[in-house]
Amino acid sequence: MSTRASATAEAARSERLERQEPAGRPQSRVWVRLRTHPSALVGIVILAAYVLAGLLGPLVLHYDPIHQNLSDAFLPASPAHPLGTDDLGRDELIRLVYGTRYTLVLGFAAVAIGVGIGVPLGAVSGYYGGWIDLGGQRLTDVLLAFPNILLALALVATLGVGLQNVIISVGITSIPIFVRLVRASTLSVRELPYVEAGRALGVPSAAILFRHVVPNSLAPVIVQASLQLGAAILIAAGLGFLGLGVQAPTPEWGTMLGASRNYIFSDPNLATFPGLAIFGAVLAFNLLGDGLRDALDPRLK
Amino acid sequence: MLTYVIRRALVAIPTLLGVATVVFSLLRLLPGDPATVIAGPTATPESIANIRHQLGLDQPIWQQYLGFLGRLLRGDLGISTRTGQPVVQEILTRAPFTAELAVASLLLAIVVGVAAGVLAATRRNTGADLGISSTAVFGVSMPVYWLGLMLIIVFAVRLRVLPAAGDDQGLVSLVLPAITLALFSMGLITRQTRSAMLEVLGQDFVRTARAKGAGRRTVLIRHALRNALLPIVTTIGLQFGTLLGGAVITESVFAWPGMGRLLLDSIFSRDYSVVQGVVLMLAVAFIAINLLTDLIYAYVDPRIRYS
Repeated sequence: MSTRASATAEAARSERLERQEPAGRPQSRVWVRLRTHPSALVGIVILAAYVLAGLLGPLVLHYDPIHQNLSDAFLPASPAHPLGTDDLGRDELIRLVYGTRYTLVLGFAAVAIGVGIGVPLGAVSGYYGGWIDLGGQRLTDVLLAFPNILLALALVATLGVGLQNVIISVGITSIPIFVRLVRASTLSVRELPYVEAGRALGVPSAAILFRHVVPNSLAPVIVQASLQLGAAILIAAGLGFLGLGVQAPTPEWGTMLGASRNYIFSDPNLATFPGLAIFGAVLAFNLLGDGLRDALDPRLK
Repeated sequence: MLTYVIRRALVAIPTLLGVATVVFSLLRLLPGDPATVIAGPTATPESIANIRHQLGLDQPIWQQYLGFLGRLLRGDLGISTRTGQPVVQEILTRAPFTAELAVASLLLAIVVGVAAGVLAATRRNTGADLGISSTAVFGVSMPVYWLGLMLIIVFAVRLRVLPAAGDDQGLVSLVLPAITLALFSMGLITRQTRSAMLEVLGQDFVRTARAKGAGRRTVLIRHALRNALLPIVTTIGLQFGTLLGGAVITESVFAWPGMGRLLLDSIFSRDYSVVQGVVLMLAVAFIAINLLTDLIYAYVDPRIRYS
């Protein structure tokens, strides 16, 4: 008997495997789809490497990322300095490692501003409609009328440079896309029976909005947040490159890349590695975003 | 069609007004007193007062705002504090360079992007598809500024076949900046074309076209691509904004004398009238392009005109 029971269970399991439909709660299903999605997997591995490098790097490499040591300037790669040293004699690798922290903080903080303001704005705009919607839509139109990096550039030129203002500027440029996204999905569920039922039961509109309508649009928001993290990192590092971002001597990748331009003929490595670091981070978030899109919402494929 | 054109143009007006308001506020958002900031650390009280008067900062804010809008309508963007020239003239001498760069990049991105996207879609899940799709995701992840530097290192420093900077060698000097600026849009257009084509290729009318014996090429171009065009045109229109923004960075990398370099130089010399002027012009250009995209849209798909 027990053999037969286990055989049945075995059959069920193999059938599940054949259909490639993992069992369990929806959350774990998403995780399995993500884990088996080739590009998402590459993205996750790259990101994990960055996080590890940013956390553990300073424990392995005992150099100061800021302190100048002019007698060691422009050293080529060696066991002591795996990527050589920069124009002020600082170890290039340790500066890149610390740069990971700035880049991730910049990206997450900016996107948090975008999500934090954009999502409620989009939900209210789509749910209530009318004048509120019209006002919200015109506001987003205006923000979207500035070609991508231009708004951040203009804001930083006005507010001043530095970590905090870069975060604010890039954050503001991330708002409109989330407004659009959440408004669209709010519009699509506003008239559905479960929302109507909530209204009929006398649930306050704020509760309907944030407990029932917003969670429904969470999937596209998560996908967009991942893609937006890549975009935010590109823009923030671009500001650094132009000399309008996080200022030297802070080891921010874009700022390092900007400084390397003076030595592009004599020491091209100083331009290669910070750029490679930015590229890798952006690529990772884009790949993860693609994977999340396929995993969370197969219809969007 | 005409009604549609007029309706679309009217919708752009509040956006233009909003953009003008944002640009107006920029100067007023400066921390501290704008006149003091603009005059710089070595300014005398007289020169500060002079600048304040020149910019109209001694008037009440609503009067400043109405005056700003009024001058805009007359095409007056003020005077550059750096050169003493009218801002409009400064911009007009630089605009052709940015337009040349942006249009060259857009053409490159469209031709390569659409071709690659169609190819990837027809060879779905083959090595060619994988190669094209990975290149596209690399393209959209590439920092423009880094790509520019790498191209300079390879083609100007190592191989010495193309100039590293400037605009004095005609079309040859356009090659590296145009490729640099185009890559991101190329990747995005490839991805959009591929997914739009995949969706259309799975539909019944494509099967019908094949079944009635239409040639492979006819089915692909006349039936499939024509119907996949709508999302592709949208992406292309939006890419123009990305190109205008990216031009600011590309021009800085390649010392290209367009509006982007003018903008950066003005930011660093605190020439805010020019900063306002360039930001405004780039935004207006983008709004105009979006309007044009909508009209192309309506032309490509008559359903939109009548909805």
